[in-house]
Amino acid sequence: MTALRRHPRIAFGGTLLVALTLLSLLAPWIAPYDPVVLDVAHRLRPPNAQHWFGTDAYGRDILTRTLYGGRVSLLIGLTVAILSTVLGTAIGLVAGYFRWMDSLVMRIMDGLMAIPGILLAVAMLSLMRASVQTVVIAITVPEVPRVVRLVRAVVLSLREQTFVQGAIASGSRLPRILLRHILPNATTPIIVQATYIAASAVLIEAYLGFLGVGTPPEIPSWGNIIADGRNFIMLAIWNVLFPGMFLGIMVLSINVLGDGVRDLLDPRIARRM
Amino acid sequence: MLGFIARRVLATIPVMLVVAVVVFLLLHLSPGDPAAIIAGDNATDADIERVRASLGLDRPLVVQFVLWLSGLLHGDLGVSVFNKVPVWTLIAQRLEPTVAITIATMLFAVSLAVPLGVIAAWKAGTWIDHAIMGLAVIAFSAPVFLIGYALVYEFARQWRVLPVQGYTALAQGIGPFLLHLVLPALSLGLIFMALLARMTRSTMLDVLGEDYIRTARAKGLAPRTVLLRHALKNASVPIVTTIGLGVALLIGGVVVTESVFAIPGVGRLTIEAVTQRDYPVIQGVILVASFAYVLINLAIDLAYAFLDPRIRY
Repeated sequence: MTALRRHPRIAFGGTLLVALTLLSLLAPWIAPYDPVVLDVAHRLRPPNAQHWFGTDAYGRDILTRTLYGGRVSLLIGLTVAILSTVLGTAIGLVAGYFRWMDSLVMRIMDGLMAIPGILLAVAMLSLMRASVQTVVIAITVPEVPRVVRLVRAVVLSLREQTFVQGAIASGSRLPRILLRHILPNATTPIIVQATYIAASAVLIEAYLGFLGVGTPPEIPSWGNIIADGRNFIMLAIWNVLFPGMFLGIMVLSINVLGDGVRDLLDPRIARRM
Repeated sequence: MLGFIARRVLATIPVMLVVAVVVFLLLHLSPGDPAAIIAGDNATDADIERVRASLGLDRPLVVQFVLWLSGLLHGDLGVSVFNKVPVWTLIAQRLEPTVAITIATMLFAVSLAVPLGVIAAWKAGTWIDHAIMGLAVIAFSAPVFLIGYALVYEFARQWRVLPVQGYTALAQGIGPFLLHLVLPALSLGLIFMALLARMTRSTMLDVLGEDYIRTARAKGLAPRTVLLRHALKNASVPIVTTIGLGVALLIGGVVVTESVFAIPGVGRLTIEAVTQRDYPVIQGVILVASFAYVLINLAIDLAYAFLDPRIRY
């Protein structure tokens, strides 16, 4: 408890995130209605005792759909963060260590970074059948170069250090040098970066759903609930408001957690922040 | 100097080449037959073959790429599958609103973010700093459509002083043009402002720790002078670099903002192209957006070389 008090950002972000995660994971048990069954008799009802967050144009309960929508956001945020971190770290280690690979790999990364991420994701999803997997791929690809650049910069600064040169001189094999000597020194910035990527992935997933290229309509996500509700905002703002607020709170909690983790793991930066 | 400019300009070529390869391969490496994807779900075999022949998809991949690339180099982005109009014409028709929103957002974000970041750095550790950075992390996490629809709702119901939907071209009068930009720039600008304010603060803190700042203070200069003339001036390079790199983020945000405010810009064109499976248009938009991003960052780097003689490759 004292540790949490000393790191209020981790406590605040972590508590919010755990609460949202529990609400989403427990959705099938705590949600008051079915997320997809239509009830046209009760369409566009404002928030009331039966429907705390109101209902949408098909009479579906917004609270229920918002809770279920969190599952997709969490799943995609987590998967994208892990996938882009693992891929980016592997590519970054190789690019940073082998000089002949470096310029080729980095030119490719520069090119990928010049393409606005949402446009690249939209283009990929316009070619693939929308599913959770394809959305994950479409969000991961634009995020990978950020990790590659970070890991490469760390490797470049480490490979000339005495302890790495010593390991090379003493005949350590390459995988051992990369994994035992270089990677542990890069974990702090990678973890912090992964947190921010998770936050950005949750947001981009919602944007893609909103633009109509995200997860298919039968899987409620915050983005597609808002896309469904956008034509009724003057009649039923709650269609947009509640999922939007849940989305904002989840992104906020991950960002605050990221700031907290950065302060905890890297006090040198923390003093400045 | 000339050598630096030449090297920096040449360095954009591989970047644009990679963009072109990625955009080209996306269509050709995606699972499934590109001709069938473009032709749509209800297409007959004859339709698919017609698309294949009209786009040259029956030729070897390398030939297709070389032909496509040489077209690009001549300014030919191809022809829309849906309405047979050159892609560049379609994009040019939609460019004004997108450029206007981007510039308005940028101006709004920068004019607020830099002062806020400087104040937060100056008052680092105080409640002012905590308040600004707290608001920044909230603004940074707020979804564009949440802010956008909340503004639309309030302005349409109560404060009927601003248009809440659509766009008016500059040619139809500067007043209506600017009024239509206020809410979109506000919705999109908050995120960008928060990002820049954080960056400004941390860069300023770095600079404020330098010896020459202590010297400037020690010789009795007013805090204002130290802050603006000595610190901000030296912090400006990383700040402007962040603004340039943020353009990619901004362009993505414009797509969402145009959708929220029903603005007929390039973002809406892209989404229409996705529903019509008009792949040449999607490719064209990505190429133009990436090219704009690369050019903006080239301009920023070259501007530094003129302003700061220390910056060289």
